[in-house]
Amino acid sequence: MALASDIPVAAGLDAFARRHRLHAYETLPWILAIAGYFVFPDYLALGAQILGTILFALSLDLVLGYAGIITLGHAAFFGTGAYTAGILAANGWGEPLSGLLAAGLAAGAVGLISGAIILRTTGLTLLMQTLMVAAMLSELANKATRITGGADGLQGMDVWPILGLFRFDLFGRTAYIYCAVVLLIGLIIVRAIVHSPFGRSLIGIRENMLRMHAVGAPVARRKLIAYTISAALAGVSGALIAQTAQFVGLGVLGLERSGTVLIMLIIGGIGQLYGAFIGVTLYMIAQDRFAEIDPVYWYFWIGLFMIIVVLFARGGVLGLAERARRYWRKAS
Amino acid sequence: MNELLSAAISIAFHGLALAMVLYLISVGLSVTMGLMGFVNLAHGAFAMAGGYAVTTMMSHLGLPFFAALAAAVVIVVLASLILEQLLYRRLYGAAELDQVLMTMGLIFMTVGAATYFWGPVAQPIQPPALINGQIELGGREFPTYRTFLILCGIALVTLLWLALERTRFGAQVRAAVDNLRMAQSLGINTSRLFALTFALGSALAALGGALGADFLPIVPGYALDNLVYFLIVVSVGGLGSIRGPFVAALLIGIADTALKYTAPELGAFFIYALAMAILLWRPRGLFGHA
Repeated sequence: MALASDIPVAAGLDAFARRHRLHAYETLPWILAIAGYFVFPDYLALGAQILGTILFALSLDLVLGYAGIITLGHAAFFGTGAYTAGILAANGWGEPLSGLLAAGLAAGAVGLISGAIILRTTGLTLLMQTLMVAAMLSELANKATRITGGADGLQGMDVWPILGLFRFDLFGRTAYIYCAVVLLIGLIIVRAIVHSPFGRSLIGIRENMLRMHAVGAPVARRKLIAYTISAALAGVSGALIAQTAQFVGLGVLGLERSGTVLIMLIIGGIGQLYGAFIGVTLYMIAQDRFAEIDPVYWYFWIGLFMIIVVLFARGGVLGLAERARRYWRKAS
Repeated sequence: MNELLSAAISIAFHGLALAMVLYLISVGLSVTMGLMGFVNLAHGAFAMAGGYAVTTMMSHLGLPFFAALAAAVVIVVLASLILEQLLYRRLYGAAELDQVLMTMGLIFMTVGAATYFWGPVAQPIQPPALINGQIELGGREFPTYRTFLILCGIALVTLLWLALERTRFGAQVRAAVDNLRMAQSLGINTSRLFALTFALGSALAALGGALGADFLPIVPGYALDNLVYFLIVVSVGGLGSIRGPFVAALLIGIADTALKYTAPELGAFFIYALAMAILLWRPRGLFGHA
């Protein structure tokens, strides 16, 4: 019997996987993403939206699931990124990759500045502050009509082909692959962070902030760093959505956006990286199906579902899976 | 000079009316948050329910305004008691995130339900002729309805303060806000107290929502659209305080009105900036417990 380690390539892969604590199941989202490209060619535009939004939920998971910062204003960074990329593309600079970079930097800067001010507070006050930062930005975008288009949204975005080669097509093929690649890079970054000593200390802060202070960890600085990185990633996600949809509306900064991304993440499960993948995909596919039947009911059912998840299924889909696995183990 | 004076009076008048609405809606939220430490984001839904109940009973059952108002308060109180027993009670003392999520879910449910029953258009509330039109006070004309609103607000605020400062119930509430465990050890039935204050807060919110429909239009997104305002009043005022939210509501009401007169292009930006600055200066709000 030939063991995997007998074959040099497989052995190399094996060692790589072990060093980076990679599990076989972690390839699953990407297998599905590739399969989705071929199986659902008519839904690639929706697929691109899903992939872009997963990055947004992933960035929220970094602050909420790992650092334990409850925020109702994460759309502030998503929107900053979306408007940065949108305004660039509407004013003659439609190069998408530098647009993403600029969006990440702008959102990261907003995260750094607002985080430095508001992260000193805790509990409801912090919740309020996150809400207020997003509300202020939204009001700015609403009133700066000449730059942002105000309530009508930003018109006239012209996004150039990626690397000068791949034009954004009507079917969303380019958009889908573009979003998937950026999401993969985002996941690698977040994954590296949460498995690093820095990421472990974030979990420590979430679990017991006083003790982390007591052991001498620079709590405030670490929270701020996590918040800034998360903001930058959220900004990149906003830019992705803006570039692929070629439109930016005021909704990107709204409370609804912050609330729904929170709900998506909770449905998947927080603090586990892949909760974002599951939650966003389930939510957005269900919403898309539902919108065809009756969009009016959608909010009612998602709200009801949310309450049920909080009362009976804490930990979301991944939490349920974990519980089922434990139950199975006990039984056997 | 005369023009300036009349602008100032006008701002003070309309600002006061807005402040009354904000206070009526938010004071219950402040007490429940201070008492139970419960982050109830869905509080605005009770105000919206009050508004919808009044318009429905006036248009479909033909009830007069004041009867509809009373009936709406009764309905909202019953609904809030049921919700308190069914949902809120389970999450007292739970993680803040769970409370945020549950009440966010409630908000989304109210958005969907309200769209289903009343559609996306704002529901008008037509006050009776008695309190409609203009009234002359000190040689100036004022809208009667808003004068009525201010008087109503003052009367309710006075009643509320008397109830909390002078009655046994009020003393129990204050004791529980100050020190919940101590209050329980003294034999105060805190779970009944929670339910009662929750119902009282919802009743005031229903009144505020129904009376304030010309400031905050009754639309399905009500609880979500106005959430920031209610939370500002509560957190700037200080959790668990009765007086704090009143000062905060006055501040926000008058600042908002003044800005709409003088610098409409700035919108609500300054209100948010002001609230943020106050919270950074005093994280527990102006009158919060240290």
